[in-house]
Amino acid sequence: MSDPRPYEALIDRLGTELVPVRRLLPPWLRTAGWMLVVAAIAVVLLMHYGAEPMLRRWAGTPDLRWAGVGAVITAITAAWAAFALGVPGRRASWAWLPLPGALLWIGASGLGCLRTWIAPGTQVASMHQSADCLVFIIGFSIPLSALLIVLLRRACPLRPILAAVLIGLASAAASASLLEICHAYDAAATDLLTHALAVAVVVAVNAAMGGRLLSRA
Amino acid sequence: MSQTLTATGFMGLDSGLFRGMSLVRPVPVESAAASTSETPDQRRAAWMAAAQSGDRRAYEKLLADSVALIRAAARRQGVAPDHLDDVVQETLITVHRARHTYDPTRSYDAWLTAIANRRAIDALRSRGRRDSRELHDEFALDSHPDIDDASAATESQQRAQRLRAAIAELPPGQREAVEQLGLHERSLSEAAELTGRNTGALKVNLHRALKALRERFHGES
Repeated sequence: MSDPRPYEALIDRLGTELVPVRRLLPPWLRTAGWMLVVAAIAVVLLMHYGAEPMLRRWAGTPDLRWAGVGAVITAITAAWAAFALGVPGRRASWAWLPLPGALLWIGASGLGCLRTWIAPGTQVASMHQSADCLVFIIGFSIPLSALLIVLLRRACPLRPILAAVLIGLASAAASASLLEICHAYDAAATDLLTHALAVAVVVAVNAAMGGRLLSRA
Repeated sequence: MSQTLTATGFMGLDSGLFRGMSLVRPVPVESAAASTSETPDQRRAAWMAAAQSGDRRAYEKLLADSVALIRAAARRQGVAPDHLDDVVQETLITVHRARHTYDPTRSYDAWLTAIANRRAIDALRSRGRRDSRELHDEFALDSHPDIDDASAATESQQRAQRLRAAIAELPPGQREAVEQLGLHERSLSEAAELTGRNTGALKVNLHRALKALRERFHGES
């Protein structure tokens, strides 16, 4: 049954086409590379806006700080999980890795809505100002997602849609983390809603398009 | 851990720079195969590591050795015996394209089985889609019976129709090869570019498709 002879021609052909390949770096190292790009953008934003407004908001309202930390953890773990799923044979349960970070991010942001006081030096955003956040998150997510898709196309994601959802989550969380640097608003319901909407849009677009882009790899 | 990674990185870089020089690189295949304490998985892992640096002999041994594993994985997924060959072929092609994703410190069998499972599921899905289309075709044939089948024109039309139906029933890889190379008369390289498959796979697919069609029509006449 397992006679390899019927495949001799194909095996011979593949053997002819064999050239040495450069092995894929381990998922954690590839994650670190992507995070380096995010960190570079953060440095540019910090140079432009300074760290003070962010630190002042965080000092006044610890839940905003925890939301920021949660977003960073989500970005790192979602990217890591996406890279792990790009290697055949890795467990699908890697997809759960970003869950704790995401819970912290969503939980702490939601807590902000329940507060009665407002973070110092900020105001509750109007709908118009919230739209800026939407544009910011989506705008930064596009290049960050594109970079992840390019990196993952070099791998072999056998579950392209799951990998694309994780790419969306990673880039949306990274964009939300970057937004913390230049965000002048408190976590009011309108603001939280736009953030949630932006993240949902990024994840959904990635799942719809990224899945197709990755499966051709 | 970090030492292994660095060594791997350098090896990869080295391989990239000296592509044509795979013969001079020392490859531990023979010694690996000779060792009796090794499991088959470890032996295959060593072959794949050698193949990643360009050892064709190790690669061909590995692919031939992988066929049984792929067939077993496809059978477990519920692929019918007459479609196992296609899953094996598609898996071997994916192994070739994704060989740089294999990490020699991990199990080769787990890596291969994951790819085989996915290709088996793809085959089952496309088979399911084709079956649902065929149902409609049968219905169309029933509701439009041929009345004047005496004329030669109708006969040749029927033959063409039978051929089209037979082509539609072929597994996706073979159907694609017949359509691109046979019906659209494209060149191998054009077809390879359009389908994303390599020319070797296209040739094999065309050969198998023609064999299957020949067998089918010889059986009928």
